[in-house]
Amino acid sequence: MAEVRLIEVKEEILADNIKVAAGVRERLQKTKTMLVNLMSSPGSGKTSLILRTIAHLKDSLKLGVIEADIDSMVDAEKVAAQGVRAVQLRTGGFCHLDATMVTQGIDALNVSDLDLVIIENVGNLVCPAEFDTGAHKNVMILSVPEGDDKPLKYPLMFSICDVLIVNKTDYLSLSDFNTEVLRKRVLALNPTIIIMEVSCKDGSGIDPWVNWLKDEVAEFKK
Amino acid sequence: MHELPITEEILKVVLKHAVTNNVQRVVGINLQIGKLSDLEDEWIQRYFDYLSKGTLAEGAKLRIERMPIKMQCPSCSQSYEVEMTGLENLVCPKCGEKGGSLLSGREYYIKDMEVQ
Repeated sequence: MAEVRLIEVKEEILADNIKVAAGVRERLQKTKTMLVNLMSSPGSGKTSLILRTIAHLKDSLKLGVIEADIDSMVDAEKVAAQGVRAVQLRTGGFCHLDATMVTQGIDALNVSDLDLVIIENVGNLVCPAEFDTGAHKNVMILSVPEGDDKPLKYPLMFSICDVLIVNKTDYLSLSDFNTEVLRKRVLALNPTIIIMEVSCKDGSGIDPWVNWLKDEVAEFKK
Repeated sequence: MHELPITEEILKVVLKHAVTNNVQRVVGINLQIGKLSDLEDEWIQRYFDYLSKGTLAEGAKLRIERMPIKMQCPSCSQSYEVEMTGLENLVCPKCGEKGGSLLSGREYYIKDMEVQ
């Protein structure tokens, strides 16, 4: 039997994705298009937040949306009905988007004249946190019915995001969700994260969020 | 939850090195994976066994070294290790400051492989 020898590999398993993601950022830097990756569990309000955002920003910014869904066109149709350019990536059984899939979305959207593109990632708090999509900013939503203990269960997601949107604050009075406890848990993991409370249902708290987006786009275009 | 795409990448890298090194068979693969990742060792091996059928890496055993979660204190910059369960109450062992930013614990790395 042949002798066993050791070969050094020393490679990042996700090296390909990291490279493609860096390429996405570089390409969008040239067209001055900011890319935001929106992540959350299923049903936390990603589509609702995008629709609210479009309503506030469509007159001042040129927007595009990349929708990921297991196998339906529902979300892209809702977004397109608002007069915003949208593409739906059918991810099949995939639990996350990677930078190659996002590249396909960017190609299909024809982003060169867009100021801001929002990716609606697959609803999942685990896998999307591991794969760089090429976005300039990572944003997540946690909705009140999910509970304030989620940072303990999904610490990586809370660690990698620039902004946490706490949605469905209209449910607060019906729930034992403790906003202060949540803040402490999240800030312990990620001291620089910006936390905003909104209700996509009644529209409260949307202004600070869209203002943050506007400021970030302006900064990005400098 | 995303063992399958990760395992596909592992196999891709392993086969690339197997070919360039004129390997007849890959016997073992040594991986370093951060403790923050949600991967189940058992499933990575199962997917690997399935995907590697008929390749040079068929039958290779994956050995996974779990890399520690390291945090950095926002106040005194001391770095320290924690377990997943310790993330709720992060306290700097040097100055007592609470919280910290993540330094490492997300690794996905192929260290080396045993071949014939």
